[in-house]
Amino acid sequence: MWPALAVVLFLSIFPLVVSLYLSLSRLSFAKSGFEITFIGPTNYQTLLFGGERTHFIGVLRTPSPIGWAIFAVVVVLVGWAFTRAVRGGVRPLGLLLRAIGGLLLVGLIWLFVQAVFAPGGRPGTVFVTLIYVFVGLTIQYVLGLGLAMLATQRLPGRRFFRVVFLLPMMITPVGVGYMFQMLTDTSKGPFLPVFAALGMEGFTWVTDPWGARIAVMIGDIWQWTPFMFIVLLAALEGLDVEVTEAALVDGASRSQVFRYTTLPALLPVSTTIVLIRMIEGFKIIDLPNILTNGGPGTATESMTLQAFIDWRTFNLGRSAATAYLLLILVTIVATAYVNLVRRRVTTTV
Amino acid sequence: MRNPFRRRSALDLSPGAKVLSYVLLLGWTFVVLFPIYWLAVTSLKLPIQVNSGPVFFPFIDFQPTLENWRYIFVDLRNDTVRPYINTVVVGLSSAIIALALGSSAAYALVRFHYRPRIGLIGLFAGCVLLAAVAIGLGAPWQIVVVSALGVFLILAQTIGRRFRGRGLGNSDIAFWLISQRMLPPVAVVIPLYVLFQRVGLLDTWWALIITYVATNLPIVVWLMRDYFSTVPVELEESAAVDGASPYRIFRSIVIPVAVPGLVATFLFVLVFAWNEYLLALFLSSANAQTLPITVAAQNATRGPQWWYMSVLIMIMIVPVILMAIALERYISRGILVGAVKG
Repeated sequence: MWPALAVVLFLSIFPLVVSLYLSLSRLSFAKSGFEITFIGPTNYQTLLFGGERTHFIGVLRTPSPIGWAIFAVVVVLVGWAFTRAVRGGVRPLGLLLRAIGGLLLVGLIWLFVQAVFAPGGRPGTVFVTLIYVFVGLTIQYVLGLGLAMLATQRLPGRRFFRVVFLLPMMITPVGVGYMFQMLTDTSKGPFLPVFAALGMEGFTWVTDPWGARIAVMIGDIWQWTPFMFIVLLAALEGLDVEVTEAALVDGASRSQVFRYTTLPALLPVSTTIVLIRMIEGFKIIDLPNILTNGGPGTATESMTLQAFIDWRTFNLGRSAATAYLLLILVTIVATAYVNLVRRRVTTTV
Repeated sequence: MRNPFRRRSALDLSPGAKVLSYVLLLGWTFVVLFPIYWLAVTSLKLPIQVNSGPVFFPFIDFQPTLENWRYIFVDLRNDTVRPYINTVVVGLSSAIIALALGSSAAYALVRFHYRPRIGLIGLFAGCVLLAAVAIGLGAPWQIVVVSALGVFLILAQTIGRRFRGRGLGNSDIAFWLISQRMLPPVAVVIPLYVLFQRVGLLDTWWALIITYVATNLPIVVWLMRDYFSTVPVELEESAAVDGASPYRIFRSIVIPVAVPGLVATFLFVLVFAWNEYLLALFLSSANAQTLPITVAAQNATRGPQWWYMSVLIMIMIVPVILMAIALERYISRGILVGAVKG
């Protein structure tokens, strides 16, 4: 066991420490290669408050009524979870941690509604990444579950569907990026007749911010729905058929069976695969980089892509700072998810 | 022939629902297969056929040609073959090493009880840190690694025995390993870039193999731990009574039982290394370049020449797709076990 542990320990702790140091310094070119000078938290300041703020967090405006509504819902939810924790007799340290986590979450949502649900606002890379992760996850899960439910029915040719549905997961994201670049081309792509019929011949996805983001998300959904599908399919097949059969014989409708026996049985697996995809989803770079090159402007840029672009222009310090902020964001979101959702349905973390 | 619409039990759908299910399933099949089909046809088109608007069926609305395939395999032979060899070598060797290290770690986590002391782990982390700082300051890396290892062993043997901190268990080790997946690769890759540059391994197979092994180990440990925990312990005990060594038990009893799990895990890890983009982008340039980088670079150098791109993407995805089709059974089981037990 020790070799494996040593490899992971070495290749995770060492880079993290060096990364932290790099994020607090500036790279400059000298006669003998390059020099790294310590400059303190300047890189973080630039990203969060300074010149890179509009790029990283976005252009913030007063939220629209929808924005206010979303914000209110989140505040109420966090408040409710917190009062439950207080009543449940959580120890002071636990309460403090939860309070900090809750405040961070509320702050994040406040920035989010200001950037996305506000006239004149524009989301930066943080929120673009969050949109990719959460919109993508929701659609992938719903599609995956639906397809898995269909594929468990006793229909001939089941095995064929399963093998085919698995394929997109195996294709390299770079390849997926190019495939969707070809498919979404409105002048030479295969959907030209469709676009022509809709009178959208001159339209290119890539020049419209939301069009470009949707194109990236479609690619991501195409690629990762299979993951949800195969796990949920295997889980559905592991369920006791007799329970369903008995319920149906006793006169329950199919939707009742789904709501009261199937869905609860699937919850533990579901929360796990959602967590896995959430963690992996934050790392998205290949698709936006290939499909839209982050454009138009920075509309489709994910945090990893931003860090990569900074690295390519030798701004190592800011690149490392972006990467560190991504790590913090993933940690906050994943912990919040585990505490708010996952603990309720499963005992294992 | 039996009637597919006859209902045999309450579980079966009504004929109407069955037809609807079929239509939906076929719809998604189309969604999945059409992009791949389009890729395959585009690889058979001439530039003029691509640029003059969409044509769909070879022999019907255009005359297919193998010109693009010839160009990629004959004219650009060196540019294609080298990344291919790189990808195969890096993918296979990193998958084999990760599987060997990871499955033995997983087995150890299932069968033996560890009580690692926080002090010792802290000590190790401290030594790694010191070594990192030393390398960062420009000390020769060979000396640093050897001396850091020496310092750690001496300290562990002397003051390490005095640590009596809160004991950790196997589940803590496993959880820590899994939590490493949360680390975004972009946060670790820049220091790795600097490290490999200092030790002269940048743009070599080794840099990629070492990095992929480290990123894949958590997945291997996670999946294999659950497989090994299904092996009945009595089998191993009786072998131990008969005088087999733990190593021999692992090799001749546990491994054969866990073959399905090993196959699924191997496929996962291989596909990951085969498709990986970000780390390869940082750590390789001309020599060790893998296929995803080659494909992405094509676009930058020549603009979207879709006919050639399609050939390149085809040769990149066909091997993995064939493997996926052959090993489909193992894959669903492989993921499920890991996901359910978490």
